Order: sequence, then C-alpha cells, then structure tokens
Amino acid sequence: MTNGGGIQEGNIVDLISIQKTFDRIKAVNDVSIGIKEGEFFSLLGPSGCGKTTLLRVIAGFEVPEMGDVLINDKLVNSVPPNKRPTNMVFQNYAIFPHLNVAENVGYGLRNSKLDKNLLQKRVRETLNLVGLDGFDNRSSTALSGGQRQRVALARALILEPRVLLLDEPLSALDKNLREQMQFELRQLQKSVGITFVLVTHDQTEALTMSDRVGVMFDGNVDQVATPEDIYNKPRTKRVASFIGSMNFFDAEVSVRQDNSIIALNNNLGKIRLKKESVFGMEGSKLSVGIRPEKFKLISNDNKEAGRAVSAIVYEKSFLGQTKLFNLRFKDSENVITVSTSDLKNAPNPHIGDAVKFIWDEEDLVGFYEE
Amino acid sequence: MKQSSKYFKACIVIFLIFLYAPAFLLPIFSFNDSKVIAFPLSGFSTVWFQELLYEDTLHDALRNSLFIAVSSSILATVFGTLVARASSRYQFFGQRASVTFILVPLILPEIILGVCLLTVLIQLGLNLNLWTVVLGHTLLITPFSTLIMVSAFNNLDISLEEASLDLGMSAVQTFRLIILPMVSPGLISSLLIGFVISLDEFIIAFFLTGVEPTLPVYIWAQFRFPAKLPSTMALGTILLIVSLILVSLFEYFRRRIELYNHYSMELDQK
Amino acid sequence: MSFSEQDKKGWRLLGLPFIFSLLLLAVPLATMFALSFWTQDYLVLKKTFTLANYKQAWFEPVFQTLFTRSLLISFTVTVFTIIFAFPVAYFISFYGGKRKALWLFLITIPFWTSYLLRMFLWKVILGYNGVLNSFLEWIGAITEPLTFLLYNSNAVVLALVHGWAPFAILPIFVSLEKIDRSLLEASNDLGDTAFKQFFRIILPLSMPGVVGAVLIIFIPTIGDYITPKLVGGPEGLMIANMIQVQFSKANNAPLAAALSVTSLLIVGSISILFVLLNKKHLRNY
Repeated sequence: MTNGGGIQEGNIVDLISIQKTFDRIKAVNDVSIGIKEGEFFSLLGPSGCGKTTLLRVIAGFEVPEMGDVLINDKLVNSVPPNKRPTNMVFQNYAIFPHLNVAENVGYGLRNSKLDKNLLQKRVRETLNLVGLDGFDNRSSTALSGGQRQRVALARALILEPRVLLLDEPLSALDKNLREQMQFELRQLQKSVGITFVLVTHDQTEALTMSDRVGVMFDGNVDQVATPEDIYNKPRTKRVASFIGSMNFFDAEVSVRQDNSIIALNNNLGKIRLKKESVFGMEGSKLSVGIRPEKFKLISNDNKEAGRAVSAIVYEKSFLGQTKLFNLRFKDSENVITVSTSDLKNAPNPHIGDAVKFIWDEEDLVGFYEE
Repeated sequence: MKQSSKYFKACIVIFLIFLYAPAFLLPIFSFNDSKVIAFPLSGFSTVWFQELLYEDTLHDALRNSLFIAVSSSILATVFGTLVARASSRYQFFGQRASVTFILVPLILPEIILGVCLLTVLIQLGLNLNLWTVVLGHTLLITPFSTLIMVSAFNNLDISLEEASLDLGMSAVQTFRLIILPMVSPGLISSLLIGFVISLDEFIIAFFLTGVEPTLPVYIWAQFRFPAKLPSTMALGTILLIVSLILVSLFEYFRRRIELYNHYSMELDQK
Repeated sequence: MSFSEQDKKGWRLLGLPFIFSLLLLAVPLATMFALSFWTQDYLVLKKTFTLANYKQAWFEPVFQTLFTRSLLISFTVTVFTIIFAFPVAYFISFYGGKRKALWLFLITIPFWTSYLLRMFLWKVILGYNGVLNSFLEWIGAITEPLTFLLYNSNAVVLALVHGWAPFAILPIFVSLEKIDRSLLEASNDLGDTAFKQFFRIILPLSMPGVVGAVLIIFIPTIGDYITPKLVGGPEGLMIANMIQVQFSKANNAPLAAALSVTSLLIVGSISILFVLLNKKHLRNY
C-alpha cells in the first residue's frame, strides 16, 4: 500500500510492514507508515483497530513479529523503550503517586547526572512550558485530570525526545477542557518543534490538531493524508463513513470513459464520477458517497432545476449553524441527509414538502464493492 | 432515620464493650496486689511484672517466639509477594485454582493443620524443632500476606512501570524507584501482621514444637498453676500493648496502600 | 497443550509458594487421609487398609456425642455471631460517615491480640472465684457464687462468639458497602418502608457477605481446641480435644486422622450445601 511508507528523506519514524499478533488476532497487519520530522501525526480509528499497539511498537513496548521500526534512520527493532529517543504520554497519565510533581517531572533526568540546581531549573522551566508554575511541591495524588495530563506532558518533554507519543491523552478530560487542551497541545507542538504522534478515536481531535492523519481499521491503515484529504478524498468506504457523515448510494457502472465513470442509481439516476475519485478493485458495482453539505437544496424556479432530483422531507432539525433535512425518495425506502449552513438563502421546506436538490460531480466519491 | 441511627449506635457501643471488656481485665489485675484474680481489688503493685524478669523459661520462650515470628513473617511475605505479583501481572493457566489453594489455610481448622503436619513429620522421622514451627507458621501466614500483597500490587498499574522504562530507567532502577516504594507499605503491613499472628499462634506451635516452647506454649503451661496467674496476666498486658503498637503501625501502612488504591481506581475509571 | 508466555512468567513467580503449599498442605492432608485407613498398635503403624477407624469414629457413642456437640456449638456460635455482627456492620456502612475506617480498626484490634489470652480471660471472668462472681458478691447482688457460668457448652459459645465476631463483621461490611445507594432511593421512591427495604433490598444484596462470614466462622470453630479446653469442662469438650487426645496420649494417630477427616467431611459438606442453598443470592457477584 502506498501509505506514505517506505524510507524517505526527512522521516523521523519509519514503520515498514509491521505485523503484531495477540492471541492469534492480528492487531497490526502489515502496516507501513512514514512520519515526518516535526509534524503532528495522528493515528485515528475505532477502538480495537490496532492504533495503540502501533504506538507501543514505536515506543518499544511491543515487539512486532515482522517488519522494521526505524527511528531517525536507525533500526530500533531490538532497542528497549528506555533506550529509544521517544517518550510517551500514557492514556491514564501514569503519574507516580509516591512522588510529587517535581519528582515526577524530573524522573527521567535521574540518569543524566545533572547538577541538582540545574535539574530544578529544568523542571521549573518545563512546568512553566505546560502552564503549571508553582506546582513543584504538590502531591501528585491531589491533581485534577487536566493537571495530571500537563505533568505527564512535562515529564516526557523534559527529556527532549525526538518523538513524543500520546496515547488518547484527552479522552479522560471533559468536553470543555478537552477542546482547550487540543488547542494548547497544538501550540505546544509548534513551539517545541518535536514530532508528536497522537492516538485517538475522536475524529474531530485528529482533524483539528494534525498535520497528517493515518486512519486505521482492523489492523490496517486505510489512508494516510492531510485532514482535508481524509475528509474530502477518503480512499475507502470505511474511512468515508468513519469521518464525518456521508450518504451512500448503490450504483451500477454503465459507461467507462477516459476521465470519468457513469453509474446508475435508482434514486439519483445517472451519476457521473471523476475516475480519480473512484477507488478499490475495479468491478461493476459501486458505492457512491457524498457528504450531506455537498447536496444543495434549490427552489423550483432555479435555473438548474432541470438536472435536480426531488425527494420528500420527513424530518428536519436545527443545529445552530446548520440545518439538517432527512429526505425520502418516492416509492423507495432510501433515505438521505442534506445539510445546509446557508440559512438565509437556501429553501426552508416543511416536513412533507417535496424538495429539489443538486450536486457537483467533483464532490462524489466512489468505492467499488467486492 | 435519626431514631434508627441511635439504635445502631447503641448496638455498636455495647458490641465494643463486649469486645474489649475482657482485655481491660488484663492491666487491671496485672497491677493488682493479690494472688487471686477477683474483686474487690486490693492495691497497686508492680510485683507481677518484676516476677517476669526472673523467669528463665519465659525468656527462652520469648527468644524462640521472636525467632519463629521473624523467620515465618519474612518467608510468608516473600511467598505472598510472589503470588501477588504473579496474579496481578499475568493471566496464566491454573491461576485461580492455585491461588485459592494457597489461601486454604485461612479457613482450615488449625487443629487439622497441626495434626496433618505432625503426621508427616513423624512419618519422615524428622525431629521437631523451631524450624518445624517456622514452616507451620509460614503456611498459616502466607494467605494473609498474599491478600495484603495482592491489594498492594493492585495499585501498581502496569503503565507506571512502562512509564518508568519509557523515561529511560532500566528494569533494576524501575524496581528500586517505582515498584518497591509503591508496594513497600504492603510489605511492611504483611511483615507486621505475620509477626503478630506468629507471636500469638498456639495450636500449630503446640503440635510442632519440640523441647523448645514458644511464648503461647509457655503461657498455656502457666494456666495450670493458679499461683502463676497474676504474672501471666502481667505478661498478657505486655503482649497486648506490643500487639496494639504493631497493629496500629499495620493500620498506618494499610491506609497508605488504600491511598494508592484510591488513586489507581481513579486511573481505572478513565 | 502449549504454554503461552504469560503461563511461563506467571508460574515462574508462583512456582515456589505453590510448591511450598503443595508440600506443607496437600501432602500432609493426603498423608492424614491415608493414615486414617491404617492402624496403630502402640507405636507400630500397620499399613493395611481398614475401615475400622471410621467405624469407630462414626458409630461409637463418645465420638457421636462429640461430633453432635461440636456441630451444635459451631452452629450456635455462627448464628449468634452473625446476628451480632450484622447490625454493627450495617451501622458502620450506613452511618459510619467519614469514620468508617476508624470503626473497623477498633473492631479488628481485638482480633489481632492473643486468642489464647482472650479465651483464658473468659475462664478468669466466669470462674467460681472469678471476676464476675467476685464482683457480684462484692456489690451484694449474690451471696453464693454462680456455678452455671463456667465449664459448659454455653461458656464455650460465649467465648467463641467473642473471639470470632470481628471476622464476621468485615465480609458483611464489604458487601453492604457494595450496595449501590441509589437502589435504596429507588426502593423508597417505589414506596418501600424502611422495614420492607431491609428485607427486600439490603438483606438479599448483602447475602454474599453473610455467606462468607458464615463459612469463615463455621469451618474453623468446629476445630477449636483452646476454648473448650479452657472454659468447656468435661461437658463442653469438642472434637478437636478428642483428636488431640487420640493423637498424643492415646497413641492412636489413625483414629485421630479418621476423626479429622470426618470433621472436615462434615463441615465441608454442610458448607457446600449452605453455599448451594444461597446460590441465587451469590449469582452476579
């Protein structure tokens, strides 16, 4: 697979054909990923997809049965975690309860033979970096979730790792704090310039924070790309349905042209797709996807009404900046969702009304069905 | 609600009086200037304590008991630690059954333990000595140590060890800096409670000791002599105080375990 | 069958203590079991299979009396201890507030002090010239010492209840603590009175603790040696005293073994029966 894998100039981490099995279940199945120096990289996927295992392979806690791990162009397959230039922020933060905040943060510098005053200074600087000024002597059992997370960050960052690994670091926090920390983490990554590899099941988190995202399912990486490309040009149906919401239509391929494919669907009729946005093993059956906001509701007098399709509104909901309409086709069970954020100009049909909608062919993606 | 609360409070107070009343008699009569353990009290005296100073058999018994208590509590704590580490860290074949088996002495009547062990020792033709008591006591204390150490190891989340390795520490350093300090309240608790149990244990010692009596075996022998009663009460008072101090220490360390437990429970919820 | 990495690592740690328990628990129990089918002629052991010891243990009136009495005493002690322990555990769990740990500590302290001395003190308290009689005479409540206090089964029961009560409180307390307090609010909300609530919610849900307490008390007390010897008199002796006598003075280790195996069988089967009867309460835990 071309997942950005293969050794490339400027990669800090190269995972090559990694495979890891637990109890005969393949947690990671032949995964290759290259992570660029200085980027904020996220591994996104549902729980059990192997993303945490992959992170632990980079950290050295799991040894893959097959494949190679390169960090900074050096093969580290048999290098234990304490000898790797990576540090980790654990999901539960793993703050040592018998040590205070400063002792936790300075823990990794014990072996550095640093002068005591210098060590204290480094600890203070790092605490300052994560916004915990004056917390040095606090007991670590008396910290809030957000504070623990900052201590865990400081403890890892003080060692100036080449790669910082973060295992669902925000999942323990409540919504407001989580959003704030997303922003802070991004800022922190920019200011320290260290490569961050974040594992998350939260698509918003991955999309808003990352330079690039790797989406995983069942031990495989389906796509590695920028958040925009992940959203707009999903490579597999799984990625398309996991990220955001998407309407899918079963279609039959009727004509193949040089640059486009024409397919037929019962409800939408003739659909034209760009050849470059159709993925999978070529076949005759196609699943065509389009995001709800890419459908455009139009009024009957619109000049494009000629190419529009019509359906009946059976549910609508107001979400603040957007409105959602669930539409049902005549003589069909099929349902689609249309959303609009143009609350002023777009038509505002009532439940039971017939509406017309159109779409642009470049907003369609197609996936061949097996 | 208020009414029932009062009723229950009365219940628990009566219960505590019942629980403690006999023990209160020990100091009362050990300082009483009379050879008879009866009311009315006749006067204050420390003569019964002084008598203890000249009892050579008592001193020997004490020495024997200390040796047995120290050895068996250390052995049991080692075993308990191994069991706890194995069962908290790994999932393995036969885990439940074997750990349960190790806990059996907790409910087995002590007389049966004593008879069983003595039978085997006689069959093997082994001599009874202090070491046979140490083995018996280790068997008896190991379940207690195991339970305490399991509780101590439960708060040692595996991510703490991984974090230490990840931050550059070796396995030995991780053991010294993380594992040992985290489970040390458990180790101390286990040693203390093992010591107290062994020091007080009578039946197994009664069966397994040879010519060297332990403290409880010595006390048991004193029961036959009415004249020795007041000084036995004095000895009991000293034992009571020692037990109280050790158990209070135990409680202090047990709470340390609970503090960590509480913390790691918070970790688990996330 | 192959062993996984976890199996190996687990057993590497567990091996030593397990072998220790095997050698000092399983082997002795097996030896005792074997011994119970042999005979001893003075000091010589005859290793031919016989059921004579069991015949003697089960059918001779002396032993039957002792077994019945031991069971009865154990049973009474268990019942009284639970009746006594439940309200205390209930109080600590529901009204203990922030002092729960302190209450529990106060209750467990006596358990860690010498059992031998505690049982002996009952002899001192209940004796003819004992603390209680002398106290009552002193204050003029009685003129003659009461003789029914000591050297009977009741004295044994009293001393044993005292000795084992702390053991019953802990498991009951733990199971009461586990009861989700919102269940109680729900039952109040659905119209249960405090009385009904206790029998419909609290008692059933605390049964695992009660069952645990019963086993923890019933099994060891049947084999108690110290208490009957000290406060039981000839009328209050229990099976453990006979086991000891047969083993040492009477030089009849095989009979002692048969008596031991029999008492284990009795408590074992009663306990299993008891657990089975309470199975419906123990499910889901």
